[in-house]
Amino acid sequence: MSPQLSRRGLLGGGAAAAGVAGVFALGRLTEDAPGEDAARAASYAFHGEHQAGIVTPAQDRLHFAAFDVTTDDRDELVALLQDWTAAAARMTQGGAAGPVGPVDGAPNLPPDDTGEAIGLPPAGLTITFGFGPGLFRDQDGTDRFGLADRQPASLRTLPHFPADVLDPALSYGDLCVQACADDPQVAVHAIRNLARIAFGRAAVRWSQLGFGRTSSTSTAQDTPRNLFGFKDGTANLKAEETEALDQHVWVTAADDPASAWLAGGSYLVTRRINMTIEVWDRQPLADQELFVGRTKGEGGPLSGGDEFADFDFDAVTDTAPTIPVDAHVRLVHPDFNDGARMLRRGYNFVDGSTPLGALNAGLFFIAYVRDPDTGFIPVQNAMARSDALMEYLKVTGSALFAVPAGVREGEYVGQALFA
Amino acid sequence: MRKSLVVPALLLATPLLAACTENASDDDAASTDSARAFTVNASDDACEVSGGEAPAGTLTFDVTNTGSQVTEFYLLGDDGLRIVAEVENIGPNVSRKLTVNAVEGSYFTACKPGMKGDGIRGDFTVTPSDDEPEISATDQELVDQALTNYAAYVKDQTAQLLAKTEEFVALYKAGNQDDAARALYPDARTHWERTETVAESFGDLDPKMDLREADVEPGDEWTGWHKIEKDLWPAEAGKYKSLTPQERAFFADDLLANTVDLNDRVQTLTYTIDQVANGSRGLLEEVATGKVTGEEEFWSHTDLWDFQANVDGARVAFEGVEPIVRQNDAELADELAQRFDELQVLLDAQRVGDGFTLYTDLTQDEIKAFSDAVNALSEPLSRLTAAVV
Repeated sequence: MSPQLSRRGLLGGGAAAAGVAGVFALGRLTEDAPGEDAARAASYAFHGEHQAGIVTPAQDRLHFAAFDVTTDDRDELVALLQDWTAAAARMTQGGAAGPVGPVDGAPNLPPDDTGEAIGLPPAGLTITFGFGPGLFRDQDGTDRFGLADRQPASLRTLPHFPADVLDPALSYGDLCVQACADDPQVAVHAIRNLARIAFGRAAVRWSQLGFGRTSSTSTAQDTPRNLFGFKDGTANLKAEETEALDQHVWVTAADDPASAWLAGGSYLVTRRINMTIEVWDRQPLADQELFVGRTKGEGGPLSGGDEFADFDFDAVTDTAPTIPVDAHVRLVHPDFNDGARMLRRGYNFVDGSTPLGALNAGLFFIAYVRDPDTGFIPVQNAMARSDALMEYLKVTGSALFAVPAGVREGEYVGQALFA
Repeated sequence: MRKSLVVPALLLATPLLAACTENASDDDAASTDSARAFTVNASDDACEVSGGEAPAGTLTFDVTNTGSQVTEFYLLGDDGLRIVAEVENIGPNVSRKLTVNAVEGSYFTACKPGMKGDGIRGDFTVTPSDDEPEISATDQELVDQALTNYAAYVKDQTAQLLAKTEEFVALYKAGNQDDAARALYPDARTHWERTETVAESFGDLDPKMDLREADVEPGDEWTGWHKIEKDLWPAEAGKYKSLTPQERAFFADDLLANTVDLNDRVQTLTYTIDQVANGSRGLLEEVATGKVTGEEEFWSHTDLWDFQANVDGARVAFEGVEPIVRQNDAELADELAQRFDELQVLLDAQRVGDGFTLYTDLTQDEIKAFSDAVNALSEPLSRLTAAVV
């Protein structure tokens, strides 16, 4: 039995069929023609021009992990990326983390796959890798792996923003892995096994679970809601907007002479945004809508129309702007940010409760941008300075990574950086 | 408690350690090679070796006991712990010969008059040579040697545990020697922790000797090392009522009696090769679950002494089976040796005098670095057993 079959082989036909239907609804498939092995179709190709997990229709579940590299040896770092690539290629197609699998190995060896995904379909799993500033230079500026001259100018620790109360234990990282799937166990299985493969070369610094996507990345997807109860991501960049993606998401070789290796890749911003849920819930409905700038039910602009109607920022009600000057949608809108757009891919999170009984909850913000210096930092500053929502937000984690281009067959992720 | 490492086996006399992978063709040459032949004059207070350096190859030590007590002679590895070869039970006025194939490296010689303590030690260096012994032994010879050496190591550590426990309980019972008792506590426990998985295999002794207060079942009496630890370090215990002299004597005598029992039992223990390899892994699990978290020495915070001792024991077990691993999976052997080294660098950075930094004085970053290094070692160590059987 091939390792790839060890998970799918245990699938019931019904579960497989359901998986397929789910993916057809999302409108993006691997090259596999419909009618082939049903379970296999519920997967996304690992290899391609760009890494999967960016424009891929946002799955329902997230496990995101940041790693500190613990080895000093460039060869070991490369070996880790090779091992990760092989494991990710298998797991995203429904296979095991290791070449042997969870139950087919020698009885006196620990299995090379931890086994909790036995019988589960690929569940649309995507695994996306990124490189943090610390991979290029450590805190003292030392060139750790002979990569310093290839560090992109834009890849550095994000500046401090107002309302940032960052916990270093929830921030930064030399490497990151974003695992998204429609089954939380599949996403956790991916991170758990990749962390295990990394022991001795990289160690988990922090990780974050997310349970409900807060953005749609395809026009075929409904707009989900964040924990404030509002639709989120209506105006997000979508997979179908290929020209806008080229303009706002994908890095080109000409963007930064030091980092031609990043062509076809992107920058990944993560922000762990805690919401003071209980205080928010006491705000009158009209106030909540004024803070956001949209209606809570339909999600349309306060200036009128359905969810996808254009904003009329000049509209006036009585003597005040219909969409207030401190409304969230106004402050982050491209019209007020030199046209900046980002591809958001965040998730809701609830990490239990605080010692005071409040939900430890919020939005794990993920955005992909072509250049954080123009695509993220100015927008974040505008929001942190003036946004009415900031009263209810506290940013506890922050990180920036460069996400290399997609992996071709026979290559490992980020190979161009080490070439 | 963990799964048994050792199924206590029927008495099987440990064969005299005729250490090694004999290279038959070199035998004659070695015995006539004066550069590799030494005499040892082992008295009650000295251990005179006729030289301190030899070229690699088959070495012989003619050991004569000129003292009044039964003695032992050891060749130890550069860590001072790993037994490369030994002869035991050398009575007064008796001579015994130790033959060992030694590769280039630093060693210690040691005589143990009375068969107690660390022994009277001397440096010994083996220099490179064209006669560097090849590992030519069969698998079975390698296995036999690893088992014999490991049994000797366990007996040696338990004997040292017994000697230091005797000293410790005397100090503790005295009532006015608590500072000295506190100083000896982590040192004595080092010998327990080095072979902890063996001690734990005695399901009746381990809970009596090493149970933490949090693990005591309702209705059971708490005894052993940690009971005394709490009494010696009451500061963390808040409103703690110190033990009376009578209670001290009871718990001290109980600990000593159980240690005597343990020492008796390990004399007849035999091992299988997978038990030795599993023991190495088991000791690192002890580190990961109890020492990295600061739970083992909850009152004294001397967790790093135990940490080091677990790592010592794991490394000795690994090095005992290393020749077999090298034949089966050289890459794994290299990886393990490197990871042990990397972990040791972190431990050495926390040395203070003869001991270590208290756990409570470690920073969170330092603890995380220890945890990362333990994970880095434990992952390949989980593949050790499969590489020796």
